[in-house]
Amino acid sequence: MGYTNQRIAYGNTLVELGKENKDIVVLDADLGGSTMGKLFEQAYPERHFEVGIAEANMLSIAAGLAVTGKIPFANSFAVFASGRAFDQIRQTIAIGKLNVKVVGSSAGLSDFGDGATHQSVEDMAIMRAIPNLVVISPADANETVEATKAIAEYHGPVYMRLNRNDYDNVTPEGKPFKIGEPTVLKEGSDEVVFATGYTVGLALEAAKALENEISVKVVNVSTIKPINEARIVELAKDCKGVVTAEEHSVIGGLGSAVAEALYKSGKPIEFVGIKDTFGRSALNYQELLDYYGITSDNIVNAVRKINSL
Amino acid sequence: MPYSKELVEDLKKKAQILRRDAIISIGVGAAGHVGGSCSSAEIVACLYFHKMKHDPKNPKMKDRDRFLLSKGHVAILQYAALAECGYFPVEDLKNTKKIDSYLQGHPDYLKTPGIEAGTGSLGQGLSIGVGMALGVKLDKLDSKVYILCGDGELQEGQIWEAAMAAKIYKLDNLVAIVDANKLQAQGAIQERYDIYPLAEKWKAFGWHVIEIDGHNVEEILAALDEADTVKEQPTVIIAHTIKGKGISFAENQPGYHNRALTEEEYNKALAELS
Repeated sequence: MGYTNQRIAYGNTLVELGKENKDIVVLDADLGGSTMGKLFEQAYPERHFEVGIAEANMLSIAAGLAVTGKIPFANSFAVFASGRAFDQIRQTIAIGKLNVKVVGSSAGLSDFGDGATHQSVEDMAIMRAIPNLVVISPADANETVEATKAIAEYHGPVYMRLNRNDYDNVTPEGKPFKIGEPTVLKEGSDEVVFATGYTVGLALEAAKALENEISVKVVNVSTIKPINEARIVELAKDCKGVVTAEEHSVIGGLGSAVAEALYKSGKPIEFVGIKDTFGRSALNYQELLDYYGITSDNIVNAVRKINSL
Repeated sequence: MPYSKELVEDLKKKAQILRRDAIISIGVGAAGHVGGSCSSAEIVACLYFHKMKHDPKNPKMKDRDRFLLSKGHVAILQYAALAECGYFPVEDLKNTKKIDSYLQGHPDYLKTPGIEAGTGSLGQGLSIGVGMALGVKLDKLDSKVYILCGDGELQEGQIWEAAMAAKIYKLDNLVAIVDANKLQAQGAIQERYDIYPLAEKWKAFGWHVIEIDGHNVEEILAALDEADTVKEQPTVIIAHTIKGKGISFAENQPGYHNRALTEEEYNKALAELS
């Protein structure tokens, strides 16, 4: 325990789960060293399947394993898991509600060096549009441990996106994960920031920076689907307005899900995210996040903008 | 041939019954996959009525053999086989595609008893079969996995991803059957998008290859039995067939891939199949 990287937290948790649950199997498409599927491969080689550089094949094989009662975790980069294998996830896994867990790592901009081809700005939007699929985006490594346990326990198809890089935890260690439940990390009364993944930490920083100015509630939304509309409405009820933050396009991800939940409320909403554009290469993660405006400063600005209305 | 005359005659009759059921499911005036259902009829009959270990009263029987229709568009043929085996009433076949029916246009895992996984987007069934074959091997079950593909479907690249995987995993419990009727929706495969030579391709991918006449019951049974003897290698049966077989006006006609029958055609088809 005590991980500061979502991939490592995920890989080790799978190994732990696999010890008790012999139905868990893991598939990788030549990225096991990065997705951390390699940890499961080292522990239980007979239950790990390397399918080569063939993501579509991997997801259909996972479907076949699921109908024989296995619990397959299929790993790739988020961009390939949600893109190359879209049809396989849709046709057999989602329509059939099969017990397959699709885990996309290096999500968002977190694979900073590899550029637009490897950065998933739209994976949550794509996966969220598929009926029957649960979409999970943990805030940090601590939450990844618990989310991995929760999705293994849940019977049905799940997509989970993970960050590539190390960063500090913002959620407590060992807190059981409940699918569909947003969690309040900081209370506040003027405005609410709904954030997911890496941006949860940024939202907390923004709330702290504003503490003598505007009282900001910070909510970690780690289940993107089902979004729990009633709870989102309740959390926003007494606030003047809402800010959403995500390391993803502002189209179709958390911002859209929150807006759909709140459309009847008439509350002002500001969206912090990637503005309908692809990523690009950078030499480090921070530089790229700054370039696309995924920063606590931008969340502060969005909160102030609503406050000034 | 070691197969009794009674068995062979019975399976031939069963294949005709399946064709008839498929035509009844299609009915008059609504599009249905006539051609590909008729080309696969003997193959499906031999599997469901003789070769496969399965129990209509217990569709999830742990050590059953599994059949998956990768060419999911001929769902009506599989429904006919399932119904004639007793998975559900034969009378329900005529409700296929009706809005509240459990018999969908393509096989539906959740709605229909006996369907092992959803198919319909071509090229994916063989990969699903690889997963099923791996799963039953992990459980040390004596189960075979049969995947019926179309020959046009082999144009999908994922088929060959699955072919590589099955060889690497030495899946001797996996049998692919190619219904080689030589036609795809828009015409002759050789003219539209050439996939030949077929046997050589599968051999190069490391499969045990058997070529047969896909309407000859003895040859189908012998090929299925031969597949049981192959170790540490998957088997493909390339079954040469005639699209629309058994219905004179539909045989070898790409136009009958997915087509609505007139009342006259419907009656003629049923008369020829009786």
